[in-house]
Amino acid sequence: MGSMIKFLTDYLAYVFKGGIKFYAWLAFLGIFVLIWGYGNYQQFTQGMIVTGLTDQISWGLYLANFVFLVGVAAGAVTVVFPAYVYHYEPLHKVTVLGEMLAIAAVIMCILFVLSHMGRPDRLWHMIPVLGIYNFPNSMLTWDTMVLLGYMILNLIGGFYFLYKRYMNREINKKFYLTIIFIAIVWALSIHTITAFLINTMPARPMWHHGMMPIRFISTAFAAGPSLIILIFLIIRKNTRLWIEDDAINMLSQIVAWCLGIGLFLTMSEVVTELYHPTEHSQGLQYLMFGVHGLNNLVIWFWSSMAFMVTAFIMLLIPRVRKNYKLLPIACVLTFVGVWIDKGMGLLIPGSVPTPIGEFTQYSPTFIEIFNCIGNWAIGFIILTILLKGAIGVLLGDVKYAEAEAA
Amino acid sequence: MSKEKIPVVNLPQHNSPQKKEVISQESVQHYDPEPPASTSRRKFIKNVSGMSAASLLGTAALMTNSDDVNANTEWAEHFQGNYRLMTDAEKQETVERLERRYSREYEKDVTVATTDAEDGVLFGYALNIQKCIGCRRCAKACVEENNQSRGDEQEIEWIRVLKMEKGEFTPERMNDGYPGDFGIQVGGNAYHAAGVVLEGEHYYEPEEVPEADSFYMPIACMQCEKPPCVKVCPVRTTYREEDGPVVIDYNWCIGCRMCIGACPYWARRFNWGEPNLPKEDMNPDTHYLGNRPRMKGVVEKCTFCIQRTRQGRYPACVEVCPVGARKFGNLLDPKSEVRKILASKRVFRLKAEMNTYPKFFYYVD
Repeated sequence: MGSMIKFLTDYLAYVFKGGIKFYAWLAFLGIFVLIWGYGNYQQFTQGMIVTGLTDQISWGLYLANFVFLVGVAAGAVTVVFPAYVYHYEPLHKVTVLGEMLAIAAVIMCILFVLSHMGRPDRLWHMIPVLGIYNFPNSMLTWDTMVLLGYMILNLIGGFYFLYKRYMNREINKKFYLTIIFIAIVWALSIHTITAFLINTMPARPMWHHGMMPIRFISTAFAAGPSLIILIFLIIRKNTRLWIEDDAINMLSQIVAWCLGIGLFLTMSEVVTELYHPTEHSQGLQYLMFGVHGLNNLVIWFWSSMAFMVTAFIMLLIPRVRKNYKLLPIACVLTFVGVWIDKGMGLLIPGSVPTPIGEFTQYSPTFIEIFNCIGNWAIGFIILTILLKGAIGVLLGDVKYAEAEAA
Repeated sequence: MSKEKIPVVNLPQHNSPQKKEVISQESVQHYDPEPPASTSRRKFIKNVSGMSAASLLGTAALMTNSDDVNANTEWAEHFQGNYRLMTDAEKQETVERLERRYSREYEKDVTVATTDAEDGVLFGYALNIQKCIGCRRCAKACVEENNQSRGDEQEIEWIRVLKMEKGEFTPERMNDGYPGDFGIQVGGNAYHAAGVVLEGEHYYEPEEVPEADSFYMPIACMQCEKPPCVKVCPVRTTYREEDGPVVIDYNWCIGCRMCIGACPYWARRFNWGEPNLPKEDMNPDTHYLGNRPRMKGVVEKCTFCIQRTRQGRYPACVEVCPVGARKFGNLLDPKSEVRKILASKRVFRLKAEMNTYPKFFYYVD
């Protein structure tokens, strides 16, 4: 027990021993947290009226970011899977970094759900025993369960590994691998159920099709590892932890193929819906071309397509994929492209037209945007802290024996 | 159908809280949400201590704010359990607390009933689309009866009247394209659609109704027997009562809006901001699951006027309809008007393919 407390204090002490660059990064994020505080104060005191949401479009930017981030959390499994299922050594060494990303992403998901709720003060109504947990009827209860479960699995898996490394002891393989393999399957479940959250509503024809879960997973496995590649490249540049080229190359291949599958599924949906468009294709038509001159989302859809197709072509070419000056560009294009695809490109047109056929446009307010950026900033602060400590442990800078000797 | 032309009640252009629009006050018969004679009126007691405290605090804006919050919610309300799980004693306590707060807030004697469903009753509704003239008195009466938020910042209506074009084809408009902001078919042709045929336009603002080329189809909550909204609610705050209506415990709703996403009839409304309900217009005769004042951040919807119908009265919209297009009654009673309509008229339900089994029926003679 004592050693665990020592682990935590050593971990945090290492994290906050940083240079100007590190503190400048935290201060930069901190500014957005301050603005976030203002935005949240406004929203909490005045209500959701400070957002651009309406009875017509009652799910917006908050839930869009939530859906995307569930994908990022699930995407972390692309590091774990090759490492443990295919014993891919270059990734094996840095698995724990993927787990840290998963933890941070789930925390961001929770923040976005809280932003979305009209009565966050009544969250306790969802706690079993204290409140009522409408399980198994409500998909939202499934989603809450799998997300929290995923976070706990990653917390246990990640910190168990780091703690053993810190103590310089062998890990208990039976225990650790059990956690890892459950977490791999669990990662699929979180994004599957997030898809079920919206595609189980016949009232919203644009979402009501069976392709949603696999499309979610394929794009998540493009966006997640894109972010991880970017993080790995930053780590290589700024710390002494060297992540092998092979690890990055493996991830960029995963991005390429998952992005390709995602694009294929998008194409299948477009052809199915628009070959003979019915009223149920109105949402997609509104997204792609606009309807009656209402074309808020058209630019989002086509820019997302341009980003994703460009990124896919870039990643298909081995010379480009292995050029670490060009690879980040492809990763950013993928990440942003998928973010739009799942956000403005999926969540919003699901509500347009409304079930009675009304077209309404939605544009988020500044407060909504502040709160979103703030949620991301908090997530990145947590991610930075988690990653920095984990790198310290991997490098052997944070060690139990050393602490004892001193 | 009545040939007599009557003025229409104008609705706000948009149900969006952001849109600030002035609602035109047409001269309409005022609908009086008259309470039943049996209701005893308790004397309103001024909260003197509260007043003096407020005056002591002066005009500091922050203090005024916190005072408002106190006025809008009593502390104990934060810890209130789910209505369905309350014992009778807890219900009593809860309701008394609410009555106290509402009476203070609206400066009148407010009652909050907890009348339960009666055995052998299943409420059903039938609407004659052949008779409806689109005057929107029902929507107006509903707001006055059910204490919805009003004003240009946040206007909430549970009933929307859809205007439908007769026939869906007018040769004169072949090449018009759709003129307005909102989408229904009014022109084009098979190969060059100018618009889309959807359920209908609900922002129409004519001088008089009925209009020659239109018919009308009011919608509201269909009180489904298999309500999708109930299934998705993570905290079971919305549920089907034994006599049929789908209701909401406003104090238990967490505002996640899953139900709004799941409803195929667009029947649910959200209190985006603090509802605006003027004291003088507040209907003090309320039911816990029905028309009692709501708070910000919760969902609300039609309850078949549970506060009236459980006392054996008609819903406000039925009572106010000038052409008798709206019928209401007990579906389990073979002699009820609704049952007779189901047996003898041409009846259909909206979006029957959704398998929601509405208890709101449409018919023509």
